[in-house]
Amino acid sequence: MIGGLFIYNHKGEVLISRVYRDDIGRHAVDAFRVNVIHARQQVRSPVTNIARTSFFHVKRSNIWLAAVTKQNVNAAMVFEFLYKMCDVMAAYFGKISEENIKNNFVLIYELLDEILDFGYPQNSETGALKTFITQQGIKGQTKEEQSQITSQVTGQIGWRREGIKYRRNELFLDVLESVNLLMSPQGQVLSAHVSGRVVMKSYLSGMPECKFGMNDKIVIDKAGKGGVTDDVAKSTTGKQSIAIDDCTFNQCVRLSKFDSERSISFIPPDGEYELMRYRTTKDIILPFRVIPLVREVGRTKLEVKVVIKSNFKPSLLAQKIEVRIPTPLNTSGVQVICMKGKAKYKASENAIVWKIKRMAGMKESQISAEIELLPTNDKKKWARPPISMNFEVPFAPSGLKVRYLKVFESKLNYSDHDVIKWVRYIGRSGIYETRC
Amino acid sequence: MTDSKYFTTTKKGEIFELKAELNSDKKEKKKEAVKKVIASMTVGKDVSALFPDVVNCMQTDNLELKKLVYLYLMNYAKSQPDMAIMAVNTFVKDCEDPNPLIRALAVRTMGCIRVDKITEYLCEPLRKCLKDEDPYVRKTAAVCVAKLHDINAQLVEDQGFLDTLKDLISDSNPMVVANAVAALSEIAESHPNSNLLDLNPQSINKLLTALNECTEWGQIFILDCLANYAPRDDRESQSICERVTPRLSHANSAVVLSAVKVLMKFMEMLPKDLDYYGTLLKKLAPPLVTLLSAEPELQYVALRNINLIVQKRPEILKHEMKVFFVKYNDPIYVKLEKLDIMIRLASQANIAQVLAELKEYATEVDVDFVRKAVRAIGRCAIKVEQSAERCVSTLLDLIQTKVNYVVQEAIVVIKDIFRKYPNKYESVIATLCENLDSLDEPEARAAMIWIVGEYAERIDNADELLESFLEGFHDESTQVQLQLLTAIVKLFLKKPTETQELVQQVLSLATQDSDNPDLRDRGYIYWRLLSTDPVAAKEVVLAEKPLISEETDLIEPTLLEELICHIGTLASVYHKPPSAFVEGSRGVMHKRLPARTGSGESTESPDVGTIAGGSGTETAPSIIPSQGDLLGDLLNLDLAPPTTTGPPPPTSGMQMGGMDLLGGGLDSLLGGDIGGSAAMGAGFGAVPAVMPASLNAPMGGGLGDLFDLGGGVGMPLGAYIPPKTVWLPAMKAKGLEISGTFARRAGVIQMELTLTNKAMSVMTDFAIQFNRNSFGLAPAGPLQVLSPLSPNQTIEVSLPLSTVGPVMKMEPLNNLQVAVKNNIDVFYFSCQYPISMLFVEDGKMERQVFLATWKDIPNENESQFQIKDCHLNSDAASNKLQASNIFTIAKRTVEGQDMLYMSIKLSNGIWVLAELRVQTGNPNYTDLEISVKCRAPEVSQCVFQCCEAVLKN
Repeated sequence: MIGGLFIYNHKGEVLISRVYRDDIGRHAVDAFRVNVIHARQQVRSPVTNIARTSFFHVKRSNIWLAAVTKQNVNAAMVFEFLYKMCDVMAAYFGKISEENIKNNFVLIYELLDEILDFGYPQNSETGALKTFITQQGIKGQTKEEQSQITSQVTGQIGWRREGIKYRRNELFLDVLESVNLLMSPQGQVLSAHVSGRVVMKSYLSGMPECKFGMNDKIVIDKAGKGGVTDDVAKSTTGKQSIAIDDCTFNQCVRLSKFDSERSISFIPPDGEYELMRYRTTKDIILPFRVIPLVREVGRTKLEVKVVIKSNFKPSLLAQKIEVRIPTPLNTSGVQVICMKGKAKYKASENAIVWKIKRMAGMKESQISAEIELLPTNDKKKWARPPISMNFEVPFAPSGLKVRYLKVFESKLNYSDHDVIKWVRYIGRSGIYETRC
Repeated sequence: MTDSKYFTTTKKGEIFELKAELNSDKKEKKKEAVKKVIASMTVGKDVSALFPDVVNCMQTDNLELKKLVYLYLMNYAKSQPDMAIMAVNTFVKDCEDPNPLIRALAVRTMGCIRVDKITEYLCEPLRKCLKDEDPYVRKTAAVCVAKLHDINAQLVEDQGFLDTLKDLISDSNPMVVANAVAALSEIAESHPNSNLLDLNPQSINKLLTALNECTEWGQIFILDCLANYAPRDDRESQSICERVTPRLSHANSAVVLSAVKVLMKFMEMLPKDLDYYGTLLKKLAPPLVTLLSAEPELQYVALRNINLIVQKRPEILKHEMKVFFVKYNDPIYVKLEKLDIMIRLASQANIAQVLAELKEYATEVDVDFVRKAVRAIGRCAIKVEQSAERCVSTLLDLIQTKVNYVVQEAIVVIKDIFRKYPNKYESVIATLCENLDSLDEPEARAAMIWIVGEYAERIDNADELLESFLEGFHDESTQVQLQLLTAIVKLFLKKPTETQELVQQVLSLATQDSDNPDLRDRGYIYWRLLSTDPVAAKEVVLAEKPLISEETDLIEPTLLEELICHIGTLASVYHKPPSAFVEGSRGVMHKRLPARTGSGESTESPDVGTIAGGSGTETAPSIIPSQGDLLGDLLNLDLAPPTTTGPPPPTSGMQMGGMDLLGGGLDSLLGGDIGGSAAMGAGFGAVPAVMPASLNAPMGGGLGDLFDLGGGVGMPLGAYIPPKTVWLPAMKAKGLEISGTFARRAGVIQMELTLTNKAMSVMTDFAIQFNRNSFGLAPAGPLQVLSPLSPNQTIEVSLPLSTVGPVMKMEPLNNLQVAVKNNIDVFYFSCQYPISMLFVEDGKMERQVFLATWKDIPNENESQFQIKDCHLNSDAASNKLQASNIFTIAKRTVEGQDMLYMSIKLSNGIWVLAELRVQTGNPNYTDLEISVKCRAPEVSQCVFQCCEAVLKN
C-alpha cells in the first residue's frame, strides 16, 4: 500500500510529508526531488522507480504530489487516490497552490490522517468529510451527531447525510460533451468520438430515490420490442436513439441494476457531482468542418487558406470559436485577411489565432494568410502540427437527449411534480484537429 | 486563518522559544506552538528535543490539538522510546472515550507508534475496538491489526487477532469488511502458505455482496482479493464473473482495472464455446477504451495493462485501433505506449490507416517518439506481408529526409525486413549505402554492416564499404565489431579472391588485438573453420536463417501469465514480476492463471559456441603475423591499384576445398605440411598458377646451395642514407633552419638534424614532436640540444626514433609531420623518410617460408617496377641491398637473367617479398626489373622507390 505521501512546490521544497510505512524513510523525500523534480529532462513516466522505491506523481499547476511505496501496490488505485486527494483539497480551500497548502497544512495533515490509514485509502467523499473535519477546527458534537457521522462515513450511502431540508426542491442537469476529431487534410475522419458527462446539482430534501433516463439505443429498442411493432418503433424513435459505447457511473448509481435492467437509479449526493460519463463514436454531429489549404511558395513563403463550415441547425448559434493555425518556427511575418472575426499572428505561440464570437449554423467563413519565412539551413522539415479548433455549441453532438429524471421521496411529502428541473446541453470542442 | 507563517520561523534559539510557548497556560498559544513544531518537522528540521513538552499537550479535550500532538508522536516516538511511554496512559484512556471518533483516533495512532512498550499496551484496547459497537472504530481497528502485524507478527498470532480479523469479513458494515479484507490480504502475502484468507464459496459470496455496497476503495480491495481465489469449476467461475461485470461501469479506473483482472483470470476456466465466453469478451472492450479518456497518468497505467491484455487476448481490442491513435498533446509517455499497442493491433484490415498515422508521427519533434514510430513502420512490414512494400517505400521516403536519427532507425528496421523477406527489396541497398557516413549509432552501423555482408555478392564495392568500417575497428562497440567480423567472413566466402587480405585483417584484429572474449571466440571459430574446411565454413556462415517472428518484444508466456494476475498493479506497469522490485518476502509469491492451456515449457537452447580444444587458441597469437597495427591505417590509401600478373586463381567450390584460403601463418598451426622441405616439390607442382612463372623451372640440389648465398656475401657496406635536405627554411621559422635525413644505425632509426640559427637572438628550449604517422614513428627521447643556439651557430643533432608511437595512415605513406618548438615559437614541417629505415635486421626469411608465403600472397598484390640505367651485376646489387636490410634468399640464373629472391621485414612485422631480375647476358641492357609482393600492397611503391635509391647510390 501507499507508504508515504509528499507534496512539493515547484522548487522541490517539501510542503507536506506524511509517512505511513516504516520502510519509507526521510531520504525518499529527497530521492524524488533529486531524480524527478530537479531532473533536467522532461518527465518520461508518471511512475519512477528509484532504488527499489516506486514514486507515483501528479502535478497540479506547479505543485507536485507524490505517493511512495516499496510494495507491488495497485497503481491505478494510487493515481485515483492522488486525484481524489486533489479534489478533496480543492473542495476545502480552492486552488491547489503553494500558498493555499501552506495556509492549510494542519487541515491537510488532518485529512491525510483520515482518508489514508496505513496507506489504505478510506472514505474520501468531501460530503462526508466536511461533517467532521472543518477548517475552523472541530465543533462540539452531540452523541447523536457523532454516531451519525460514523455511520455515514462507513455506511452504504457514504456520500449523503440524512436530514437535509430545502424549501424549494430543485435539480439542475447539465449534459456536457466534448467532441473530439482528427481529420486528414483531405477531409477524411481519422477518428472521432464524443466524451460526455452528465453533471447534476441537486438540492433535494431527505433521501430521494432518483431515476434517470436518456435515449439510449438499447433501452429504446427494448421498449420498442415490448410495445408496438418494430417498424413503427424505428420510424418514431429511429435516429432519436444513440448508441453508447461505454459509460461509467458515480458510485451512488446501482451498477448491478444498470447491468441487469440498464436503468440508472441512485440516491444523489447533495450539491454538485458528476452522475455519469459516457463515450460515443457513431453518428456524431461534427459541428464544424475545417478545410485547410497550405501552399509552399518557394523556400521563404507559405500561403495558407482555411475555410470553416458550420454544420448544424441555422437557428442555433455557436460561440467562442477559435481556430489555431500553426506557423513554422522560422516565421518572420504574417499577413492575414479574414471575412469574419479577428485574426492575429502570435509569435510566442507560433500560431495564427482566429477568433469569431458567434456563428450560426450552415454558414461558412474563410481566412487566408501569407507567411513569410526566414531562410534556414535546418534540414529537418517543419512538422506541420494540425490546425486545432475550439468552440461551444448549445446541443449535444452525440445526439444524447435526457428523457426523464424522476425523483421519489417516500418519507417526505413532495412528489416528482414538485421538483423544479433544469436541463441544459453544452457541446464543446475537445481535441478537434485537422491535419494540414 | 493562515498557517503559512509557521513555515517562516527560522530564527536562532527558536527551540527555546517554542519550549516556552508549549508550556504556556494559554490554550491558543499552545496550539500555535504545536503547529510551529509540525511545520518545522515537515521541512525536515529536528524538533525531537521538544518531545516531553509536546507530549504534555496531549491531555486535552481539544481534538485538533490532540491530532497535532499525535502526528508529532508518530514521527518521533521511535527516537525517544522511553519518553513515548508517557503517552500510553492517554492512549488507553482515549480508547475508552465515549466519542467513537476519539476511540478510533487513539487506536489508529497507537498502531503507528513502533515502540515495543507501547505495542504491549495496545493489545487490550485493540481487542475491544475490534468488537466496538461503532463500525467506524471497527474499520479502524481492522487496519490496526495489519499495523501491529508489521511491527510484531508473532504477537498478533499469539493474541488471536487474526481470527477476530477473519470474523470481520462477515461484518454487517461493508467498509469494515473491505478493510478487513485489505488487512488480511496484506498479512497473507507475508505468509504464503497460511490459509489466512481461506476463500471458499461462502466467503466469496459475502465478498461479492459487500462489493455492491462499499466505497470505491473497498471495491478495489475486494476485487484484488477475489483475484487470488481459484474457483472450483467453470460454473462457479462464470457466476463470479457475472457478479463482477457490473464493476466495469464504475467511474473509478482502478475499480475497472481490478474487475478486468478478475475477469481475465477467471475467463481462463470458461470453455471457449460457451456463449457467455463470447459475451464477456465483448463486454471487456468498451471499459478498456474508456480508460483512455481518464487523466494522463491513469491512461499510462491503463495502456501498460492493455499492452498485456492485447498480448494475452488479442481478440478483445482488435477492432479498436483508432482509439490508440496518438493525439498531438498527449504526454510523451502516453504517446510511446499507444504506439506500442498500435503495432500489436496492426493487421491487414487496418494497416493502411496505421501506416498513414505512423508516417505522420515520424515527423514529430520528440526524438524517442519519432524513432519508435520509424521502428513501428518496420514492424508493420514484418507483421503484415501485404504492407511490406508500402512500408519499405515509406521508410525510403523517411531516409530521404536525411534526419540523422530517422535514417539510422530506418536502417535498423530495414535490416529486419531483409531478414523476413530475403531477396525482395535489395533495390533499396543503393539508397542505404548513400547514408553510410551519417551512421553513428552502433545498432545502425551493425545493421548496415549486416546488410552489406548479407548481400555482398550484389554490392560491387562491398569490400570497400566494409573496409571503411574496419578502419576504426577498436573504437567500435562490440555489436558492430561482431557484425563486421561476420560480414567480412561472409564477403570472403562469396568473393574469396579479392578479399583475402580483408578477412586476414579482421581475423587478426578480432583475435589478437581485442580484449573481448566473445569477439575473440567468434574470430577463432571463423579462422579455424576457414582454414580447416571452407566448405563447412560456407555451410555454417551462409546457412539458411530461421524466419524471424512476426511479433517483436513479446513478453515471455509464463511471465505474461503472471503479469495478467497482477493487472492494475505496479508489476503490470513495469512489466516485471513483483519479486524484481519488491524487497523481502512480500509479493514474491508467483501467481499463476488457473487451468493454463498449452503453454509448454520452452526447450532450452543448447549452449552455442563451445570451442574445441584450447591449445590452438593459445598458440595462435604467436604464429599469426602481427600486422594489425598498420593495416587498418593503410587500407584507405588511394594508391593506384597494383597491376596484377597471372590469371586469377579459379574459384570453384572444389578448388576452394583444396586450397588453403588463409595466409601462411596458419599453416604451421595446422601441422605445416607445406613447411616441411620434403613436401616442397610436391607443393610447387600442385599450385603452379600462383607461383612466379620462373620458379617452374627444375630445381635441383643446386638450389639449396644458392639459398645460402645471402649469408655469405653479406658484408655490410653501410646502409644507404639519403643526403640531408632542408625541411624547414629559415624564412618560415623565424630564423631557425632545419635540414635533416634519416638513417638506420645498428638497428636504431635515427633522425639526423642540422639546426641553424639564422636569427639575431639566441634560441633555447628545443623540443620535438611527431604527428601520428603510418608506422608509428616517435621520438625515443627528447631532442638533445644542450647549449643555447647562438645566432649563426649550427649544431648537428641525432634523435633516436622508436616505432611504437600512435599510428595513422599518411599520404604519402612515408610522410612524417613534425613540430619543433623553441623559446620563440612552434614550427611545423613535414618530411618523407625512406622506408628502408624501417627494414629490420632479422628480415631474412627461411627459404621454405619464403616459397610458401610467395604462393600465399594473391597475385593481385604483386607489383612490377623497372629501374633504368643501373650498371650493377647481381652480386653487387645484392650486397648493396643487404646493407639496407633487404636480404637475398636465393639466386638463380635462367636464360641470361639473374634472379634474386629477396625478403624484407618492416618494423611493424609486415613482410615484403621481392624478385629482382638482372640481365647478365646483354651489357647494353641496363634496366633491372623488380617484382614486389606483399600482403599490404600499399607499401610496394615505397619499397620500390627505396630499392631504386639504394641501388643507384
